Amino acid sequence: MTLTWDMQDAKSTDDRDVVLEVKDLRVHYATPLGDVIACNGISFKVYEGETVGLVGESGCGKTTTAMGVLRLVQPPGRIVEGEVLLDGVDVLSLNEEELRRVRWNQISLIPQGAMNSLNPVMRVKDQIGDAIQTHESRAREAVKERILELLNLVGLPARVYNMYPHELSGGMKQRVCIAMAIALNPSLVIADEFTSALDVIVQRVVAQTMLDVKDRLGMSMILIGHDMGLQAQLVDRIAVMYAGNIVEIAPVEDIFEESLHPYTQLLIESIPSIKERKPLKVTEGLTHDLRNPPPGCIFQFRCPYVMEHCREVEPPLRELKPLHEVACHLFEEQDGKIVDISDESVV
Amino acid sequence: MSEPLLEIRNTTKIFGGGFLQSSPQTIAVQDFDLTIAKEPATITTIAGESGSGKTTLANLILGFISLTSGQILYKGHDIATMDERQKHEYRREVQAVFQDPYAVYNPFYRVKHIFDLVIKHFKLAENKQEARELIEHALNVVGMRGEEVLEKYPHQLSGGQRQRMMVARAYMLRPRLIVADEPVSMVDASLRAMILDIMLRLRDEENISFLYITHDLSTSYQIGDKIHILYQGLVTEKGDTSKVIEHPHHPYVQELIDSIPVPDPNEKWDTTISLPSEEELRAHVESGCRFYPRCPHRMDHCLTKYPPLYRIDGLDHQAACYLYDEGVVGTDQELDVIEKEKVTSELAT
Repeated sequence: MTLTWDMQDAKSTDDRDVVLEVKDLRVHYATPLGDVIACNGISFKVYEGETVGLVGESGCGKTTTAMGVLRLVQPPGRIVEGEVLLDGVDVLSLNEEELRRVRWNQISLIPQGAMNSLNPVMRVKDQIGDAIQTHESRAREAVKERILELLNLVGLPARVYNMYPHELSGGMKQRVCIAMAIALNPSLVIADEFTSALDVIVQRVVAQTMLDVKDRLGMSMILIGHDMGLQAQLVDRIAVMYAGNIVEIAPVEDIFEESLHPYTQLLIESIPSIKERKPLKVTEGLTHDLRNPPPGCIFQFRCPYVMEHCREVEPPLRELKPLHEVACHLFEEQDGKIVDISDESVV
Repeated sequence: MSEPLLEIRNTTKIFGGGFLQSSPQTIAVQDFDLTIAKEPATITTIAGESGSGKTTLANLILGFISLTSGQILYKGHDIATMDERQKHEYRREVQAVFQDPYAVYNPFYRVKHIFDLVIKHFKLAENKQEARELIEHALNVVGMRGEEVLEKYPHQLSGGQRQRMMVARAYMLRPRLIVADEPVSMVDASLRAMILDIMLRLRDEENISFLYITHDLSTSYQIGDKIHILYQGLVTEKGDTSKVIEHPHHPYVQELIDSIPVPDPNEKWDTTISLPSEEELRAHVESGCRFYPRCPHRMDHCLTKYPPLYRIDGLDHQAACYLYDEGVVGTDQELDVIEKEKVTSELAT
């Protein structure tokens, strides 16, 4: 199978405005036995109006990356180096006051388990109102109007305005969190596992609300998750993380149909299907100690195609075709085609 | 037919609503029936959303809580009235694997401790050498080696490793039945297959039956033999796993399967579904079908009495929905609608 592509097509995507650009972000967690490298030089872009999925197994650094972008890494963690350019401004070099203005106005977060972080003794109106008034001075009437508008936007009835969190179901609480995140019209929302505790049907309803809101407001979004099914439904591009590194980043169709990195392939194959019964694919899952990454490729211990070269040189993340980047020695670009160097075949 | 391994007869569990309690009753499980045969070993799935009563059912079978009414028979003996000897046997032959592989270990002990405890309690070994061999064999079954893990502390192992050790511990007792309550929901995707594969091997090679309790229909579709799908404590549909999941009949099960995100970007959700308001959902349906407030095919008839299980095809596949009662007036039209939908969806795929 030969893949060709239209360079013109790729150009047009490059013309889109970049909302967020992360360059070589490194976050370490200090432990008595040395630093755990949670983000090992993460680089990616988010374009305007785009949804990027950040996937990987627990402990691979998804949430840490998000916290790094928001400068919310807590000790013993620290951002070692990197740049986070939000609309061209480096978030990591702002002072506290400037940072406070950026947060929620330009970038907001729906943290993991957000619905359980609502204050149980505050009415919904006060919680959302708090978020608005901390960042903007508005008349009380205007705030009320805005809150009602937000509730309507996420598909909640107006009576929720006066209710307490315990009066709401999980799905409704999650919508309140979405309403808070979009309260000040940020250009980017980061949602960390935003449907993980919900039942399947409620999950679908909330996910569709999220997409709908995003389209209406034209924001960009980073969706952190491990459910590949949900990612397939919701995102435009996927970044696959493994042990603190992005190993592949590509449009969602490419990830599901033409993924290159052996880890991505493993991840795709291990999705249990509801459409066909197939034999289970079993793999051993031993990861290296994150304090001492081995020289060379981080996936070498689990990779079925590992070569001598992989144990010595770390594969860089390279763009092998427009928008499709992969960090693997197996592939080379030759005359606009991707070649598997182990057997010289064209992918 | 020989005596079944486990038989659950018309079991109901109601929480609250006691003599001095003002809180309303919660019916966690109602009129539940289940039979697991001795031979051959099977994997039976109990599926449902949170609050559907699936964990209550596990707790009832394991004897952690007592029944409100009904009976649970193990090899013909009621577990509520077993004598000490029978109870001891039951405790050995029915094992459990729980959801959270982090919470079941005591962080102060090395992981070897969980094996030592059961060996001591059930007197499985005469001496240390024998005990060590038993543990080693059990670990090999789940693809691990004793020297790699036994001397470690729980926090030094991954979630997948811990869960496999729980299966090894259960296996060591040579059980006939393992109640597995969400055994893979906290394990990473690429390692999930390994645990499911161990379940299949234990079923086929060691003749161990499983009661697989889960909210995840995809994994039960991959490994399950029979399935019971619960909604608010009642069975909505049951039968062969592949039949139920490929051709769901109960409107709830249809909606449930339709809502599972398909891992294919070319097959995106093309319809939107909506849920009725909270009041409507919480309004207790006194009599009649619990799914009524959300059902797209609801009829007046549904409110009269909870629908019994109607046969769909064959003996096994049954759904608790009046749409499949041929005697009910008005069902024919409803059935037509469903048939048409099925045909169009099949055409679309």
